[in-house]
Amino acid sequence: MSNDSYVTEDGRTIGPTVMEMKNITLRFGGVKAITDISFDIREGEIRAIIGPNGAGKSSMLNVISGFYVPQEGEVWYKGAKRPPMKPYQVAEQGIARTFQNIALFEGMTVLDNVMTGRLRQMKANMFEQAIWKGKAEREEVENREKVERIIDFLEIQAIRKTPVGRLPYGLKKRVELARALAAEPSILLLDEPMAGMNVEEKEDMSRFILDMNDEFGTTIALIEHDMGVVMDLSDRVVVMDYGKKIGDGTPDEVRNNQDVIDAYLGVAHD
Amino acid sequence: MFYREAGDFKKTYSADNQTFPIKIDRVGYYLALVVAFLVIPFVINDYWANAILLPFLIYSIAAIGLNILVGYCGQVSLGTGGFMAVGAYACYKLMTSFPEVNIFFHVILSGGITGLVCVLFGLPSLRIKGFYLAVATLAAQFFLVWLFNRVPWFYNYSASGQINAPERMVFGIPVTGPNTESWATYLFCLVFLVLSALIARNLTRGMAGRKWMAIRDMDIAAEIIGVNPLKAKISAFAVSGFFVGISGALFFALYLGAVEVGEAFGITKSFLVLFMIIIGGLGSIFGSFAGAAFLVLLPVVLKVVGVDMLGWPTDIVAHLQLVIVGGLIIMFLILEPHGLAQLWRVAKQKLRLWPFPH
Repeated sequence: MSNDSYVTEDGRTIGPTVMEMKNITLRFGGVKAITDISFDIREGEIRAIIGPNGAGKSSMLNVISGFYVPQEGEVWYKGAKRPPMKPYQVAEQGIARTFQNIALFEGMTVLDNVMTGRLRQMKANMFEQAIWKGKAEREEVENREKVERIIDFLEIQAIRKTPVGRLPYGLKKRVELARALAAEPSILLLDEPMAGMNVEEKEDMSRFILDMNDEFGTTIALIEHDMGVVMDLSDRVVVMDYGKKIGDGTPDEVRNNQDVIDAYLGVAHD
Repeated sequence: MFYREAGDFKKTYSADNQTFPIKIDRVGYYLALVVAFLVIPFVINDYWANAILLPFLIYSIAAIGLNILVGYCGQVSLGTGGFMAVGAYACYKLMTSFPEVNIFFHVILSGGITGLVCVLFGLPSLRIKGFYLAVATLAAQFFLVWLFNRVPWFYNYSASGQINAPERMVFGIPVTGPNTESWATYLFCLVFLVLSALIARNLTRGMAGRKWMAIRDMDIAAEIIGVNPLKAKISAFAVSGFFVGISGALFFALYLGAVEVGEAFGITKSFLVLFMIIIGGLGSIFGSFAGAAFLVLLPVVLKVVGVDMLGWPTDIVAHLQLVIVGGLIIMFLILEPHGLAQLWRVAKQKLRLWPFPH
């Protein structure tokens, strides 16, 4: 836990710790998915979680977003210990996320999908919505303006009114990012944002992630397998293997860590 | 060519959000309202009112209600008949207990009571979904019909076990009971249908509708972005119950006048309304209207063709009618699974380009 801020080489300010995982252990029956892992996420930084398949990265993200309740350990958020919560309560606290395999609402248009991301900001009750004129309409227009800004930012204006089910994979990923971003989250969790993309799409996505962090100051925690992307984008990296943390630090530190090299390249067993 | 949106620009987000964003649709909508309110009441007769218009108006309300639950929120319900019965019996008890209150408020209150009952039977939806939920709502159907049959308090201890609508006035004109004029009952139902459709449209284009659809499309993703599944599902059951209750109250008080619960609100009613929204189009307000119109008109059309034009015996036509309706439903589902609403969208798309193929 650190309270000081510092400025990175490229001029971004990294603030104090916003979320801290303390000694998290998660078991499914006899299987230990996560063993005693601690790390922190600081305000304004891009934090990557990497590791070979089955290392427990997605489980970690699911612990943060409330799908799994760890058997041991604590989650500290904004200086307070977080009690066990339902996923929607975590969302209400300002933690948004995307999924490895896209989780969009296929029957709704892109616009509706992104608007759904703003449900925390729209407070009109049922009766006000039934009457529509007045508070509900005002809120709808105000939030539409915010959403349009995000749609512009992610360059999906042309497909605004298209049902999501008809979009290609790369665009869906972008819409999902738009929906998460629309919530104006304090922390944005991205589960493999570049999975299954070609080089061009990866470049676009990297640009969006960096711009997001730069323009909106969004704190980002991401899981990614593309090492080039991870090393370029992130400020600090956590490395996991078999549910344990084997490395934590700047990309350069991690790259030269012998345990990490062993985990990725394998070691001779004698 | 005939149906155009070119040149129809929007300058504000509210204009983009309106129910009929395209001008030609808007004109059609106002025209339909004018015809419904200012022309039909003057030309209506008893046959048209009882065979076509009243059932269409009332089933449309029920279909809108069920569509919110099934089409928008994705929670299957086979209890519509039972919930309509709740509306009918609530209306009956209110009419007989508080005769001095206007029936307009009785009908709305019946909707509210049905909404509460619907929420109660919707609670299992938090744990179960799909076929299992359908079975749970089926239990509601049988339980409610049994309840209204067996507890004499609901039918005021009448010897026949039936409920009869006493005469009630709106602005001094009777709308229930034996001395009603067809235009009065028609207008009374029409007002409820228009209000129901407006409310349903407002709810479904706003955040409530988005939450429902989010639950329908992917409940896990909905939860992760902050939709409280409990509140979303319960509110869908409540709103759906409200409309279904209103339709049940109108069905009893204005259309039938006297009701025996097993006959009027049995399981067939649940299926009928479910067929309406499936044929009309799930998740579409227009589809609710189209489905209700289709299933109300089809038997009438078949009867007119069979008995009046071809001169076949009535009983044969009545049986053939069942066969043909069933066949048409199956054919329809194979040819256009998204219902009449989708057909309408495709037709508009074709008209937009006509006479060019692309």
